[in-house]
Amino acid sequence: MGLLSLLVFSPIVGFIILFFIPKHDMKMLHKIALAASFIPFLFGLLVFILFKTDEIPADILKWIEFEAGEKSFVIHYELAVDGFSTILIFLTAIIMSIAILAGSFHVKKDIRMFYQLMFLLELGVLGVFASGNLFLFFIFFEITLIPMFLLLSKWGGTDREESAFHYLVYNGIGSLILLVAIAAIFVSAGSTNFDTVMQHFATNENSGLALGIAIALLLAFGIKLPIFPLHSWMVKVHVDAPIPVVIVHAGVLLKIGAYGLITFGIGFFPVAFEKLVLVLAILGLVNLLYGAYLALVQKELRAVLAYSSISHMGIILLGIAALNESGIQGAIFQAVSHGLIAALFFLLVGSLANRTNTTSLKKLSGLARLTPLLAGFLLVAALAGLGLPGMSGFVSEFMVFLGLFEQLPWIGVIGTLGLVLTVVYMLRVVMNMTFGTYRNMFGEIKDLNVYEVVPTLVLIICIIGIGVFPNIIASTIQLTIETLRLGIGG
Amino acid sequence: MDLKTLLSFEWGMMAPEFTILIVAVILSLIDLFGKDSIKKYIPSFAVAGIGLALIFLLFQYGHEEVSILYDTYIFDSFAFSFKFILLIGTLLIFFMVLSKQKDEEITDRGEYVYLLLSALLGTMMMASSGDLITLFVGLELLSLSSYIMVAMRKRNKRANEGAMKYIINGGIATAFTLFGMSYIYGISGTTKLVDISREMSSALGTTEPIATVGFIILFVGLAFKISSVPFHMWTPDVYEGAATPVSAFLSVVSKAAGFVIIIRLFVTIFNTGVEGNETLYSSMIGFVAILAILSMLIGNIIALRQRNMKRLIAYSSIGHAGYILIPIVSLSAMTLENVWFYLLAYSFMTIGAFMVIYILEQSEKSEDISIFTGLFQRSPVLAISMTIFLLSLAGIPGTAGFIGKFNIFVGAISADPAQYILVGVMAVATVISYLYYFNILIQMFIRQPEFEGRRTVNKMQAVPLIACITGTIVLGIFPFIALNFFS
Repeated sequence: MGLLSLLVFSPIVGFIILFFIPKHDMKMLHKIALAASFIPFLFGLLVFILFKTDEIPADILKWIEFEAGEKSFVIHYELAVDGFSTILIFLTAIIMSIAILAGSFHVKKDIRMFYQLMFLLELGVLGVFASGNLFLFFIFFEITLIPMFLLLSKWGGTDREESAFHYLVYNGIGSLILLVAIAAIFVSAGSTNFDTVMQHFATNENSGLALGIAIALLLAFGIKLPIFPLHSWMVKVHVDAPIPVVIVHAGVLLKIGAYGLITFGIGFFPVAFEKLVLVLAILGLVNLLYGAYLALVQKELRAVLAYSSISHMGIILLGIAALNESGIQGAIFQAVSHGLIAALFFLLVGSLANRTNTTSLKKLSGLARLTPLLAGFLLVAALAGLGLPGMSGFVSEFMVFLGLFEQLPWIGVIGTLGLVLTVVYMLRVVMNMTFGTYRNMFGEIKDLNVYEVVPTLVLIICIIGIGVFPNIIASTIQLTIETLRLGIGG
Repeated sequence: MDLKTLLSFEWGMMAPEFTILIVAVILSLIDLFGKDSIKKYIPSFAVAGIGLALIFLLFQYGHEEVSILYDTYIFDSFAFSFKFILLIGTLLIFFMVLSKQKDEEITDRGEYVYLLLSALLGTMMMASSGDLITLFVGLELLSLSSYIMVAMRKRNKRANEGAMKYIINGGIATAFTLFGMSYIYGISGTTKLVDISREMSSALGTTEPIATVGFIILFVGLAFKISSVPFHMWTPDVYEGAATPVSAFLSVVSKAAGFVIIIRLFVTIFNTGVEGNETLYSSMIGFVAILAILSMLIGNIIALRQRNMKRLIAYSSIGHAGYILIPIVSLSAMTLENVWFYLLAYSFMTIGAFMVIYILEQSEKSEDISIFTGLFQRSPVLAISMTIFLLSLAGIPGTAGFIGKFNIFVGAISADPAQYILVGVMAVATVISYLYYFNILIQMFIRQPEFEGRRTVNKMQAVPLIACITGTIVLGIFPFIALNFFS
């Protein structure tokens, strides 16, 4: 059993240990769950460090073999990581620990089952990023579906079951399109291993099949990302899911879409994606502007953040559409950066909602007087979200637009409008909340306690760290970018 | 036929069939004349008999092809592998029968047992027959035994309704089948499948219109057994009316037998043609494809509105019949393997689901979906088991159902021409099926229980449950065990 298998299956430890703790011993459950969430975190850190210094061997075991006439199809159990997935694995581990910590404030009923489902979800997400072939990727991808569905339908807000079914249907459609695409790739290449598939389609790149699969992948991951007309489920999840789940969802799960589009889309079908560049660019632009505009008119803080996520995902699409080194690099940066920023935002929104019992923007104003720390952190999050230089958002947006202006300058020009809108809606929301007129509506409420401040600070340090030393990530993903660049052909 | 020729046949190949036949006869005699003290062991005898037949069958593993009784009985790898599913499925159903609680309404336990055995014998003959006559006799043996089993709960209104529908629909379907066979006989002048296939390929062209009519009529007739469109309407009523083990038998073993006969007939008769020419089969697959699409969509969409659990499973089984028709449409080297694997996976997950329903329906006296409310609190074991079966039926990775679905996808895409439309419809149907399968998950894990008290699983109930869970998980994680066994 290699390091990667240990990493992927490490959340099982927490899942099992929790069975032995009495259901009603809340304090113990919180402590054990948090402690167990550090196991995958340590493995993630180890993988990250080892990846920097040395190659990580892939875990391979022969698994399934199909015979079809003379052709035989083999599927291995194989785990492997590259730079991009290493970073996402690390991000997953951090955000999961934070979400589980947040669970202790936000989840009141059946806490044991909640934590267990969270660990199952973590297993799925880690597996998604660590798989070395498409078949395994799909298996883990589907594993995330079930815990998410149960988490949403049991612990969600008022419309929880409806939201859960929305989630299920959209993601079900996405994953089945993906499954058909994987089956088609498998039949054509005889394997689902990433390298084999890449080489296979590099030699047969002009076929209609490649274009068809590329479109299928765009659809499948477009639902996950989400891309404009397919986004309604994601807004529902953002509004209805319990805070720890939203943290994981916005922070990590949405990134599966970006990961898939970049690693499989551009990685396997660069030629087909070149034909789709304009479509991608327009979709990205629509996401960016539509998300930003709707974020501007929302009355609910959570809905603002949901549309802001859509808008930020547009930037990833634009980076992919640029189809050059800095564009893709920017897209990867944006994926990581948005993960951190969204997690930070929802962590704070959770703390806020716990105190005020509302996220309606009308009621929230002048919090700086009541809870200076909370208000201050919200302002920091907003600044990070609008891409202030020195923070991670700036690096990614800068690189995406650098790449975009090189390839499609007009799209770039319109896109900058979206950035302006971002500044407007972020400031509109946060300025009023922090510095608006103070009305004594909530009575005495306490400021953040230490268990809320620590994870917030961790996230802020990460955001600023990436903003100031982007090389931490840039050097890790260098090889990934290099491979992708070779595929694109320049 | 003198004694010498009679003895020269390799009768040993029929050992599994003979075992079932002898056990069925002995059990019916015991039921008639035996004392009550012996009678209560009848189901156990049947289990032993099936076990013995299974052992005989396994001894034939890898045996070369044999045909006895002038080609009316064939033993080949096809017959072997499908008989394996039939026996395993029936064995699981007998475990279900054994687990029943005292106050279940079927008191005529003996009849029940030997009717199941005679139905099993019919299916096994179908798997091995190489002649239209024996094929039809096997089919009728299965049908008649099934009619009686459904009608046996004679004081139950639903059962009477179901039995009535079953026998009328079944009669019509049988007439269709026989009528279709008469066309085939008319063209070829023989009832032996091998000869028919030779005659058909040489006579193609002049007799094609008649053969086409024969094909359509025969297929429509056989659609009854696999409960696919157009003969699917009986399924929900019969499943609801029949005792749950009988419903499980109809949905697994009887359906598997239906697929056996379809493959045997259509692939041997219609799929041979003159070199280079299109065979009749390949020109008719559009028709089968439409039936498959309709089955998948109708089954899964109507299942959305069901509240009675057995009706829900019935509609879902119509959808599954549509899935299994896909490999038959996209004829390739993988067809048999795909159908076989899916049927095996389907046996485990469906019998498992029926088993959970059976346990709950006996303790709650209801078949409504509300028996699942809060099940996770009342009986975590049952809730987790049902979750595994439902996830497998929905095709979620880690379970047998997923590998089966992926197999069908790969088979359909690698076929020539690739069946993208069918694959697409199957994907859509699967997403629709998520809705009702996950709805049961919500009932079990999230809703508050509507029934009081904890439910425990006793030893007899645990046997089939454990067997089905093991089958579902092992086939999902180590599918090569089954795939290697098959090839």
